[in-house]
Amino acid sequence: MGLQTTDKAVAMAFPAAGGGCAAGGCGSSSTQMGALPEAIRARVADHPCYSEDAHHYFARMHAAVAPACNIQCNYCNRKYDCANESRPGVVSELLTPEQAVKKTLAVAAAIPQLSVLGIAGPGDPLANPQRTFATFRQLAEKAPDIKLCVSTNGLALPECVDELARHNIDHVTITINCVDPEIGAKIYPWIFWKNARIRGRKAAEILIAQQQKGLEMLVARGILVKVNSVMIPGVNDEHLKEVSRIVKARGAFLHNVMPLIAEAEHGTFFGVMGQRSPTADEVKRLQDACEGDMAMMRHCRQCRADAVGLLGEDRGAEFTLEKVEAMEIDHEAALARRQAFREKALAELQAKRAALHTPQVVAFHRPARKPLGRAVLMAVASKGAGVVNEHFGYAREFLVYEASESGARFIGHRKTDKYCGGSETCGDGEELADRRIDRIIGALRGCEAVLCARIGFEPWGKLEDAGIRPNAEHAMEPIETAVMAVWHEMLEAGKLASPSAGMRA
Amino acid sequence: MALKIVAGCVNCWACEPLCPNGAIHAGAPHFRIDAGNCGECLGDFDEPQCAAICPIEGAIVDALGKALNPPGSLTGIPPERWEATRAEISAR
Repeated sequence: MGLQTTDKAVAMAFPAAGGGCAAGGCGSSSTQMGALPEAIRARVADHPCYSEDAHHYFARMHAAVAPACNIQCNYCNRKYDCANESRPGVVSELLTPEQAVKKTLAVAAAIPQLSVLGIAGPGDPLANPQRTFATFRQLAEKAPDIKLCVSTNGLALPECVDELARHNIDHVTITINCVDPEIGAKIYPWIFWKNARIRGRKAAEILIAQQQKGLEMLVARGILVKVNSVMIPGVNDEHLKEVSRIVKARGAFLHNVMPLIAEAEHGTFFGVMGQRSPTADEVKRLQDACEGDMAMMRHCRQCRADAVGLLGEDRGAEFTLEKVEAMEIDHEAALARRQAFREKALAELQAKRAALHTPQVVAFHRPARKPLGRAVLMAVASKGAGVVNEHFGYAREFLVYEASESGARFIGHRKTDKYCGGSETCGDGEELADRRIDRIIGALRGCEAVLCARIGFEPWGKLEDAGIRPNAEHAMEPIETAVMAVWHEMLEAGKLASPSAGMRA
Repeated sequence: MALKIVAGCVNCWACEPLCPNGAIHAGAPHFRIDAGNCGECLGDFDEPQCAAICPIEGAIVDALGKALNPPGSLTGIPPERWEATRAEISAR
């Protein structure tokens, strides 16, 4: 049902190469979603992983039902049992499809923001087709309002496309790190293919061919495809610009360039061999370079294969199998709560977008002139709903926005540890507090202001000394409004005249 | 003649559906191969299927206890490099 309209919508959304505004983001908004055609925007309006706007409101969960994998990546270690690591491929508890359904329903009852159930591992969902599709089948029946999606390396994708379509999977993410097998051989040591382990260039050739074929097959069926790429400095960083062009030409609607996570203690090839991760600035520059070609996702948190909650938070520990078993749930009431929340959140998002698109009086042929002031990076502490509403000391991550004459643009997020460890660590010595604030200042490199709901006296001084001005005057305001207000304050104070001052990246 | 799964197995299920004889079973603390049913894939495939997909070095051994996927063969990390890294991490 509706497949024809969907096909048409997608055909309209992807005009012939070089044409239309799908690529560049016409209109007044410079945000990621501003670059998406309306038909697609409507389909991802409540999907936190596909819509930057939605991720302030809606929550996702990953069900860890897929342990087997059919390839090896040099950034992955298959010993997935660490509770303290937050990265893809890591889980604490492997679930059967029945357990996954139970857990999903429990989460959906406790967190009305839940809109999406994804299967992303810890191995590859399509290397475990029975477990993956059994989970989808039961959930489609028991929680029809929850969107189902899947994230795959693509090797088994072509043979699974029909079944994905049958289960009404509307969104698929493929991790594509290269389209050149020479580069692929440096990322994938082996694949399992037609009953044999294949290595080196040959393995990469097969994987790349399967990924591209799977991408085309999904697009032909009207399924939205996001492409994830891991940015590995010196290996595929330059090459990802070409990947972006090619996947866009084949019909992917969103590209997510993520930084490599590589620590020796993770036991991955890249971690142990000393391959470095890219800096936040390098990631941003690559994302900017790819943006000319297609919509870029900048709000990915690279979450675990069993993450639960809003992006940036993980409430998985509240929903262990043991705890889920003990819960008593009124499923009908839960569904009603989710629907009520969704209506309210979507209306709020709609109102926000309408405000952004309110026609303003602009001259069509503005005379060339110097910009009023330079662009400034600002960090924001937020716990959701798109407003400045988190205490500085409680923030585990900061959203980074670039403010300029043309508006506020979301750039990405920076993870940190909380500054405030709670009452038991309060006053636990200046040295520890110093170390914590130093880490945060390091994470906020390049930012010139930090906006939060409240902030204590001690971190205030340290941040100011580091050239990052704390600002708690815009608590509870929408982020974009607050960021622009601070930019205008800086402009009026004459701080934005010199193009280089303050850019300490 | 039979292969054996030993400590190190992470219970990822990858091997279980591939065994032509259905000789692999989930177990605790890790998967097991029913020795009576394992023919090491002779006559069925060019290489034993469990060992061909297993991502963990040293987790599957032959009758002599020799690893089908010795250290370094799957991750590409030279064993001495891994040992040095481990020592460095535990000394932190």
